[in-house]
Amino acid sequence: MAKPELMDFDKAIELFEPVLGFEVHVELSTKTKMFSDAPNPANDDGHGAEPNTLITPVDLGLPGSLPVVNGQAVRYSISLGLALGCSIAPSSRFARKNYFYPDLAKNYQISQYDEPIAFEGSVEVELEDGRLVQVPIERAHMEEDAGKLTHVGGATGRIQGAEYSLVDYNRAGVPLVEIVTKPIFGAEADAPQLAKAYVSTIRDIVRALGISDARMERGNLRCDANVSLRPRGQEKLGTRTETKNVNSLRSVERAVRYEIQRQAAILAAGGTIIQETRHWHEDTGRTSPGRPKSDADDYRYFPEPDLLPVEPSLDLIEELRAALPESPALMRRRLKTDWGFSDVDFQAIVNAGLLVEVSETVAAGAAPQAARKWWMGELSRTANERGVDASTLATPQQVAELVALVDAGTLTDRLARQVLEGVIAGEGSPEEIVEARGLAVVSDDGALIAAIDEALAAQPDVLAKIRDGKVQAAGAVIGAVMKAMRGSADAARVRELILERAQQ
Amino acid sequence: MSEITTEQVAHLANLARIALTTEEIEKLTGELGVIIDSIATVSEVATPDVPATSHPIPMSNVFREDVVGATLTTEQAIAGAPEHDGSRFRVSAILGEEQ
Repeated sequence: MAKPELMDFDKAIELFEPVLGFEVHVELSTKTKMFSDAPNPANDDGHGAEPNTLITPVDLGLPGSLPVVNGQAVRYSISLGLALGCSIAPSSRFARKNYFYPDLAKNYQISQYDEPIAFEGSVEVELEDGRLVQVPIERAHMEEDAGKLTHVGGATGRIQGAEYSLVDYNRAGVPLVEIVTKPIFGAEADAPQLAKAYVSTIRDIVRALGISDARMERGNLRCDANVSLRPRGQEKLGTRTETKNVNSLRSVERAVRYEIQRQAAILAAGGTIIQETRHWHEDTGRTSPGRPKSDADDYRYFPEPDLLPVEPSLDLIEELRAALPESPALMRRRLKTDWGFSDVDFQAIVNAGLLVEVSETVAAGAAPQAARKWWMGELSRTANERGVDASTLATPQQVAELVALVDAGTLTDRLARQVLEGVIAGEGSPEEIVEARGLAVVSDDGALIAAIDEALAAQPDVLAKIRDGKVQAAGAVIGAVMKAMRGSADAARVRELILERAQQ
Repeated sequence: MSEITTEQVAHLANLARIALTTEEIEKLTGELGVIIDSIATVSEVATPDVPATSHPIPMSNVFREDVVGATLTTEQAIAGAPEHDGSRFRVSAILGEEQ
């Protein structure tokens, strides 16, 4: 193919207007599933369970089994709807979405169709330069997640060329809320960063509500990004593609940028965009075609006869509204004041999508500056190197514990970095790693003094200088002592002791 | 008379993964037409101000407490599976993507 695959991004934006739309699936962290009392793998208790251990006859769709709605999941869904500025439907119903695929054993998914629980809302999203954009929300509806297929055989582990698939139904029936936006116009060259900021905002909202773990790497929060382009001046919307499998904030941004460039190249060459599902590949930074929208998308929705309508009382809605946490926008304003960071420092945290991490680290007892330092420094650096989100590397509790160990003098900065490496490698909590790796600062002056005396004896000229009052000469000895102690000493204390010993 | 066409029946058969011969499609188109016509008589009395019924009993808000109950063991779960790998169901690779 001689045609270039991608058009330069700026050129693409010059020729075409991008129109975005998002479908974000949020797995709720209720104790049990949406329609059965099986434990929910979308929370820490259930995460990582052995295949097909978190299931009941309902989750397998066995004959005679009947679904019963989880009341907590309904309350969580209403809270989320309210936080998205939506109206809550006085009456909403479940519907069957019929399709044949082994990820659900019933041959249908229980979802909501024409009567979603929440509709018509708006979410305020902040761009990197601080500009605020309102993203219009079409609806938020309740449904159940599907099981997980592992494709076996074939070169890449993908469905193409696979010999057979293995199905684990643990995830089948996990409560989901699907948040659907209306078409988003006017993002222009900011479209990729708006995509990231939107998903980041949804993540912040559900975490603040405490209704989902929202860990994208675990699939608790999944984004399908719809992108279409229309030539400048054209009224009619272009054909859109839906990119799935975007499971980090970073890849949401990259996937939207890629689709804009890809579609622009095709359109500019006189081609047409095929309406299809595409898959994002984190490793290559490209999307590839999935199945085209076709007959198979005829889902023949009809009201779920096994379930009754959900009709939340006004009292319940108002009770949940009163319990809503502050919005991300208000939270940002408050934290900025509380922490006293500069605009630049604060915005950098927001743009890195780490505001919740830093704020939870502070809530867990760390000083704001220290929390910022670790998230924006070591953790962000490692995340960039690995192409993942920093939030996947450590928890706010772990970082707060690390900060506490530094504050207590148990760890120097240098040792703390080694402990953090251990945390990232999954070796346990900072305290456990300090113990296991023997990393604590040597606070035993005896051991330090021995090392200092040895270093001073080895460098008599330095000793003479210190005795002459040239205290900056102590630096050379500090280096030698720290080396001898393999970094596990507090440099300030070493310096104090050197000056003391030099006078003896 | 109903507007069920042979194309619609063929389409539904495809969605339902049922292989039908041309003769079967012809026959079913006629039969489905009769059924649809019979049901259509309902619309003669169901004016727009009559709310749709999805459940015969006028109830709502039947919820379950969020409390974990008994689960199947993996052995029980896969007991009826024609093929499995000891803990997971084994199915033919189906070209198509998860929904």
